[in-house]
Amino acid sequence: MPVQLPPVDWTTIAPEGIFFVGGLVLLLGGVFVGRRAPRGLWSVATVVVALLALWPTFHLWHQINGGHARTAIANAIVIDGFAVFFFVVVVSTVVLGALLADGYLRREGLEGSEYYVLMLLSASGAMLMASANDLIVVFLGLEILSIALYTLAGYQQRRAGSQEAAIKYFVLGAFSSAFFLYGIALIYGTTGSTNLGDIAAFLRDNALTNGMLLAGLALLLVGLGFKVAAVPFHMWTPDVYQGAPTPATGFMAAAAKAGGFAALLRIFISAFGNNRLDWQPIVWALAVLSLLVGSVLAVVQTDVKRMLAYSSIAHAGYVLVGLQAATSRGLAGALFYLFAYAFMIIGSFGVVTLVARRGDDDHALDTYRGLAYRRPALAMTFTVFLLAQTGVPLTSGFLAKFYVISAAVEARSYALAIIAMVAAVIAAFFYLRIVIVMYARPEGAEDSPAATAPVPIAVGAGVSLAIALGFTLVVGFLPSAVFDFARHATLLRL
Amino acid sequence: MSDFLRQYLTVAIFGGAAVMMVGLMLGAGRLVRPTRPQPEKYLNYECGVDPVGTGWSQSHVRYYIYALLFVMFDVEAVFIFPWAVRLDAMAVFGLIEMLIFILILALGLLYAWRKGVLRWI
Repeated sequence: MPVQLPPVDWTTIAPEGIFFVGGLVLLLGGVFVGRRAPRGLWSVATVVVALLALWPTFHLWHQINGGHARTAIANAIVIDGFAVFFFVVVVSTVVLGALLADGYLRREGLEGSEYYVLMLLSASGAMLMASANDLIVVFLGLEILSIALYTLAGYQQRRAGSQEAAIKYFVLGAFSSAFFLYGIALIYGTTGSTNLGDIAAFLRDNALTNGMLLAGLALLLVGLGFKVAAVPFHMWTPDVYQGAPTPATGFMAAAAKAGGFAALLRIFISAFGNNRLDWQPIVWALAVLSLLVGSVLAVVQTDVKRMLAYSSIAHAGYVLVGLQAATSRGLAGALFYLFAYAFMIIGSFGVVTLVARRGDDDHALDTYRGLAYRRPALAMTFTVFLLAQTGVPLTSGFLAKFYVISAAVEARSYALAIIAMVAAVIAAFFYLRIVIVMYARPEGAEDSPAATAPVPIAVGAGVSLAIALGFTLVVGFLPSAVFDFARHATLLRL
Repeated sequence: MSDFLRQYLTVAIFGGAAVMMVGLMLGAGRLVRPTRPQPEKYLNYECGVDPVGTGWSQSHVRYYIYALLFVMFDVEAVFIFPWAVRLDAMAVFGLIEMLIFILILALGLLYAWRKGVLRWI
């Protein structure tokens, strides 16, 4: 008896496919070309692969705008504006991350294509999460994303901190994946399907609020909350972000959050939208905790990399504010936030990469003292990224915060909106502290050697920072293009 | 209690019974038996040579790489067995899919070989 195999529409998974095949090609290229590779070859190749993936992405975007948002491959994959939006976000993180890594890897003596291979593979996982229409496929994407990131965190093998980060991330990540799987099992037990469309249809026909469904929802939230580093599942974040190689931290912060939030937004709004009264209070609590704990703990950090790690926890809180609203405005706000955040955070970690210099170990606030006198342009760039993260007007960060908070106000979550604004004020303290330190005059030339050493800027890193800076400023002035993109990136109603 | 949860009650009763039985047997044994500890009694019983050193001694990192390569093909076998049983049903499509799968794993081996992992110095 022949098995009925579902028809496979390859165009719907072409972006992931290009990343995956590109990763394999780079892997083999790395061992066959080896040391004879010209400088920067792997970095440029990664950028080319990422840009190649944009081509089918644009194609899909046109199909969707022509009213062809659809599910494919036995309903396991969904192609809608939401998925395409995340394709673009992930491609951006890969381009920025690859350019940033080039100079760093040469500086630390870690040349080779493996770093880029891992980046491409984890990015394909993040894209799969964004376009998954089945909880099992979400899990698959989650694992592809995470396993590559565990390895990236430990890429600088000779530094103990990097190894520590990898092992911590791996153990806790595997643990949270188990939570996620158990959540899938409970959801399957109550609704009889792992397909998001079938779950949504089932919950529409049966107004259901039994304990098992709620437990399943809670476990899904734990699993994904871990990936996006929402309090109280954030404990790993500072250690892993601090220990991982700095460009990898930037990529991890942007791509893992994008993938995790893509799955979180799609699952909760699209499949469990009818049960929003059950999960909204929990998300409310997570958002408040992430905002306050992230901001307050960042204030007491003296290590810049660790401080940015805590601030990324607070950023997760803002995206959760958008999710909590559970309206189309909230969704658009969350998407805009993630897009703007990707550029800000990779840019910030890019500056940290350069300032840390060889060894990638010295991230103390004192290292930044008087940076504006040694590297005025670099200090200015970092200032813009920090101001954008604070939410100062005329940067993309201001509009990102504005959109999610106005969505919360519109959804009548006034308390949450106020807490988000208070958190932004707390966060302003530590962002501005770095700015002040950078522009403070170094006290005497015989200051600590760290504060007087030159800061070389690699070509790739410079380009990466320029792109991130340009995006942050241009979107700050003219947000309509990106915001329209986010507004049209709607979920396919199942 | 719903019918669904009542089915799990059976599982809980079985679990509880198992824990109780083992506890009873081991507990009764402990009460009755004499206790005369000697170091030899704590060695592994009939498991080859007596152990040397502690359980935390280091082994060569090469063994880990071999173990990793082994796991790679072990997992491959796990997927190939059910595929082979239903090959006639999946026809050419199944064959091509499996060839792609094996090719990707083979690329991993190729990578390991070029990295010089397979050479035992």
